[in-house]
Amino acid sequence: MGSDKWTVLLGGIAAIAWVLWYFFLARRSAARATAAASGTQEITVTVRGGYDPAEIEVEAGRPVRLWFDRQETSGCSEEVVFPDFKLRRFLPPQQKTAVEFTPQKAGEHEFTCGMGMLRGKLIVR
Amino acid sequence: MTATRLSFPVTGMSCAACQAHVQHALEQAPGVEQASVNLLLNSASVAYDPSLTTPQRLIEAVRATGYGAELPAAIPDLGQEEAVRERAAQAEFRELRLKAGVSLSIGLGVMALSMLGVAAGQRLTAWALLGVTGLVMLWAGRHFYQRAWSAFRHHAADMNTLIALGTGAAFLFSALATVAPGLFLRRGMAPELYYEAVIIILALILLGNALEARAKRQTSAALRSLTRLQPEIARVVRAGSEVELPLAEVRRGDIVVIRPGERIPVDGLVVDGSSAVDESMVTGESIPVAKAAGNSVIGGTINTTGLLRSRATTLGAESVLARIVQLLREAQGSRAPLARLADRISAVFVPVVIALAITTFVAWYLLTGQAPLIRAFTAAVSVLIIACPCAMGLAVPTAMMVATGRGAELGLLIKGGEALERAGRIDTIVLDKTGTVTAGRPAVTDLVALPRWNDAELLGLAASLETASEHPLAGAIVQEAKRRGLPLLGVESFRALPGRGATGSVAGSTVVVGNEPMLLEAGIDPAALREAATRLADQGRTPMFVAVDGALAGLLAVADPVRPTSPRAIELFRQLGLDVFMLTGDQRRTAEAVARETGIAHVVAELLPEGKVAEIRRLKQEGRVVAMVGDGINDAPALAAADLGLAMGSGADVAAQAGDVVVMRADLVPVAAAVRLSRRTIAVMRQNLFWAFVYNVIGIPVAAGVLYPAFGLLLSPVLASAAMALSSVSVVSNSLRLRRFR
Repeated sequence: MGSDKWTVLLGGIAAIAWVLWYFFLARRSAARATAAASGTQEITVTVRGGYDPAEIEVEAGRPVRLWFDRQETSGCSEEVVFPDFKLRRFLPPQQKTAVEFTPQKAGEHEFTCGMGMLRGKLIVR
Repeated sequence: MTATRLSFPVTGMSCAACQAHVQHALEQAPGVEQASVNLLLNSASVAYDPSLTTPQRLIEAVRATGYGAELPAAIPDLGQEEAVRERAAQAEFRELRLKAGVSLSIGLGVMALSMLGVAAGQRLTAWALLGVTGLVMLWAGRHFYQRAWSAFRHHAADMNTLIALGTGAAFLFSALATVAPGLFLRRGMAPELYYEAVIIILALILLGNALEARAKRQTSAALRSLTRLQPEIARVVRAGSEVELPLAEVRRGDIVVIRPGERIPVDGLVVDGSSAVDESMVTGESIPVAKAAGNSVIGGTINTTGLLRSRATTLGAESVLARIVQLLREAQGSRAPLARLADRISAVFVPVVIALAITTFVAWYLLTGQAPLIRAFTAAVSVLIIACPCAMGLAVPTAMMVATGRGAELGLLIKGGEALERAGRIDTIVLDKTGTVTAGRPAVTDLVALPRWNDAELLGLAASLETASEHPLAGAIVQEAKRRGLPLLGVESFRALPGRGATGSVAGSTVVVGNEPMLLEAGIDPAALREAATRLADQGRTPMFVAVDGALAGLLAVADPVRPTSPRAIELFRQLGLDVFMLTGDQRRTAEAVARETGIAHVVAELLPEGKVAEIRRLKQEGRVVAMVGDGINDAPALAAADLGLAMGSGADVAAQAGDVVVMRADLVPVAAAVRLSRRTIAVMRQNLFWAFVYNVIGIPVAAGVLYPAFGLLLSPVLASAAMALSSVSVVSNSLRLRRFR
């Protein structure tokens, strides 16, 4: 095996390791919703090819208001769905849309776009 | 800052001072830019910043002043929302189509030129292609790269990542070969160019996306058509004259006039007029329903023949239509358990595909003798391009959307993906008798008059007597007399004997209606009709003797009649392979008569209310998957105990019902349709998952070149992109087949 083949082999292994580490192991940061004076926990989520932040921490038992700020027209993100709360909201393009509910118990709840392609997570503590 | 305008009715204002007070309160509310309150129209119009306040808070601000306010009708909002959505979807479709068309033409043009041998490999041509491809990527493909990048920043990867990586790598490789061909030549490799492939791959994927976008719109078509049912204007009687008002200004208690051929604007109770109303869009019942004073009408249904006046009952978000729309949206927002597998796979899919692409590259590079770099590179790009996580992600949700929408059109509100799947798995169906198999309202079924009397006389006298009674069976007799248009006479010295019957004086004659002990007590011999009475009792009916002035006159029988469609429905259940049980608190004799008439095999009678729940638990313990059909209010515990609860309702109470599935008309036949629809849907979901899965399991290795050693088969990246574009479109199209379910 020539030196170029060794380079490709080792480079390939390193690249695979990095891909798996980056997408599966690297820590994703969760954003915490801030509580307003009224006690409602609010946070703005930017919708643009994904959710930013994609992980949101809230406290159980207090109302949550998530503002989804959809900064694109792609049909993919036109709806946001919280299956565990049976919520489906249409997000008009280039607008902020509020999604409100009160999580009662601690746990992790996924939220996705209408077709389940874009994903985010709501962590209730 | 973009201000949103909202108008809503304000009630209780009687003077200019009240108006000023409300207006001031609104102006002081946070987020309000401008507010005006109109005393004459009793309405407020507010411009506000939606990021600072909500319509609900504005309403609360008004209520805090002591005046009434309510949110405007929800349906027009839904219609508006749908219009916005429709426009956005149209714009997206057009944009994708344009981009696909233009880039496909450019790609084909470039391909034709290179086929004609126009100086491929010449440096000037290569530079020109570099420029054109760069422009196409920037214009037509920009969103792929933007989304891939924003996903990457969140440690996430999706379809865009694969497209961006595949086309990006091909472009960079070609660019390097264009700028510095010496780099390749020195190592004895041809400076291969992939420009046309990049353009055509983008074009094909865009084309696939455009087709998919259009097909996905159709999955929610049923919901859209429901939101369009409500008319925008109602004809309301105000101060004695008819005025046309926008729906938001109709109040509870208003008298609404509906002309023949018009859509009924709001839910109401008919006060005057008679007509037939086409309720098919809500209940799925194709035959128009007769409506007269006292009947309820549903907003959004169509008045066919006569003029109706109705008193508005529920409005806006509380209206039947709005609640149906809400339930359907919730259902479509839920997730079907079958999607879990696809979810688990798609969560790891893209990074795994990237790793596979790298593996492909390395394997080809190490194992190929000649031109290893080119072969390795082409195969790796093909792997990235052919992999399609979309098809898997779409497999279950699209089928669920189409099925729940189709269900709603057939008068079946299926409350979510889980209910839908369970409905497809049931093997036993338990029916409540009263109100489900039967009409739930006792009616006169038999009338036997002795020779001296005719039916009308007999019924007229009995009904006149029973007008004074409160017994439910008495009501059936009075109802029947009214139905036949018989005059009801006054009653004197009425006396009811519980468990026996009633007696009184009608038009000077003493009338007795009751059972045998009642007659014997009055010294009347029922022998002449005793045999008929026994026969009727055996059929599950309640016979009542009628005597006039001390002599037997005839016999009436009252029963809760079986719904005319029930025998057919039970036959359909049997054809579906379901075991049918009937539960009732009634006596065994009555229950068995109903079972005979309808063909139900298993009957459990004389149950206490909690007995129904116990019976369902027992059936479940036998290993059966049990569906319970009953009315959603009285049978709620039994519905909850079953694996699947189907609530049968009619008209206005429809959306308030418990249960996993609400059948919107009083008929068992749609229940069979629900089971068939669910089974079909599960089949479609499985097909979709199978094809999406098999597509990737076969496509990726073929693209990687596993067939090359044996057959010399290698997929070009362009072919891979065509396959990918087709796969998700085919999944959505397969789901759309459910729209034709009947």
